[in-house]
Amino acid sequence: MLSVSDLSVSYGAISALSGISFSIPQGAIVTLIGGNGAGKTTTLRTISGLLRAKSGTVTFLGENISALAPHKIVARGLCHVPEGRMIFSNLTVDENLSMGAYLQTDAALIAKNRDYVFSIFPRLKERIKQTAGTLSGGEQQMLAIGRALMGNPKFLMLDEPSLGIAPRLISTIFEKIVEINKSHGITILLVEQNANLALEVSSYAYCLETGRIAMEGESKKLRADPQLKATYLGG
Amino acid sequence: MSEFLQQLINGLSLGAIYALIALGYTMVYGVLRFINFAHSDVFMVGSFIGYYLGKHIPENTVWGGIVILLGAMLGCALLGMLIERLAYRPLRGAATLNVLITAIGVSLLLEYSGQVFFGATPRTFPAVFPSANFNFGNLVISTNQIIVIAVAALLMVGLQLIVYRTKIGTAMRAVSLNPKAAQLVGVNNDVVISFTFGLGSALAGAGGILYALNYPSIDPLMGVMPGLKAFVAAVLGGIGNIPGAALGGLLLGTVETFVNGSQWSTYKDAIAFAILIIILLFRPAGLLGKFTVEKV
Repeated sequence: MLSVSDLSVSYGAISALSGISFSIPQGAIVTLIGGNGAGKTTTLRTISGLLRAKSGTVTFLGENISALAPHKIVARGLCHVPEGRMIFSNLTVDENLSMGAYLQTDAALIAKNRDYVFSIFPRLKERIKQTAGTLSGGEQQMLAIGRALMGNPKFLMLDEPSLGIAPRLISTIFEKIVEINKSHGITILLVEQNANLALEVSSYAYCLETGRIAMEGESKKLRADPQLKATYLGG
Repeated sequence: MSEFLQQLINGLSLGAIYALIALGYTMVYGVLRFINFAHSDVFMVGSFIGYYLGKHIPENTVWGGIVILLGAMLGCALLGMLIERLAYRPLRGAATLNVLITAIGVSLLLEYSGQVFFGATPRTFPAVFPSANFNFGNLVISTNQIIVIAVAALLMVGLQLIVYRTKIGTAMRAVSLNPKAAQLVGVNNDVVISFTFGLGSALAGAGGILYALNYPSIDPLMGVMPGLKAFVAAVLGGIGNIPGAALGGLLLGTVETFVNGSQWSTYKDAIAFAILIIILLFRPAGLLGKFTVEKV
């Protein structure tokens, strides 16, 4: 569904990604793990068009999207829930969700997606008129995911959904991520520092290290890998 | 008492014009985080559009006045969008200082092109609307003052509806809060920025007509002082904050008028900058502005 080939990205003279390639089949949950500065967020930002690659291509549903503007990539059904959530803090929950449906024109579909978001995150419905900045970290993450779902995505990229969230809510959010994948068949690319959790919910994993793919394989197998265990899973 | 009321009305009608100009500064700051110094010259062009339209449209008629007002708003909207497209868009992603210097360049370009095309000698702005004075006891209110306050109020309510009730308005607020996140939900930021320039410039165009109704001598450098004061008004209200710009404009116009009517009238232009210094010292976020804190 999505394939990245030989992608290189740099910030000025500093290289962030040096020729990474991977592909994600339809319907899967694939994870990208790795430490700080490994290039995980850079990879997502390049796929969604916020950053431009120095070389290499991103192909989505058979089309080369590497040179497209971000809003055109969203229009093709590829939505990105960014690191740090980036909700519109002065807008209400309701307005945030409406912004998520910015490119949608079918009112019936928008209403259906809104109901769907409320069915997985009932908390958002309770807080519909509240300003998004007053939500807790976990609720803001729900809103960020809900906002992306309003865009009717075929493919969802989640950047560090566990970051800065009460531990109690992390497992809820991960259960919902699996549910979104199962019930709606939305393909998911999950970026996480919490490798244990990411390997648990995904079927396949790529491990990034300083801009290269250091290791890849089925998540089940990687969890048992002694080297990976020592590096990311705390022994 | 009646003198106080008289000065208050004079002040509000001047302040309403400052407010209209200040809204353009604050909206552009909201989406691009820089001060568009060329905005005061768009205001000047608004007056000149009115002046030239006035040559073809009969004076002292309501419909003629409305046509001139709308013509200036439309012309300025197009000019503002053109400036953004040609001067600022190529600098997207560049340091704010570069854009700021470019804005000063565009401002000078408009002022001195104005001297080439319109001439440097002041022109007399036509009496576009029918005018009369109403006396309430000692109080004198001119139709021009009523028109200024009514048109400004109408435009501000309209702006509020656009910003808070429409899709493009919500997108403006979203781009202003977080341009990256706006792109990620599918907003074409260039379109929103262009729209913001158009909207702000249309208000400046209306301001240009309203200003010229009350101060009918217009020249290519007429925008400088009202522009600077409107900028102070935007900072006073909280730069980037739309109701703040309106409040700042009204306050500044009123204060200036009272100073002008007192024994310190020599300082009527200085008062705006004294207010700027005081606000920057004691409340740099402005009256209605607030510092935002990221939640984790």
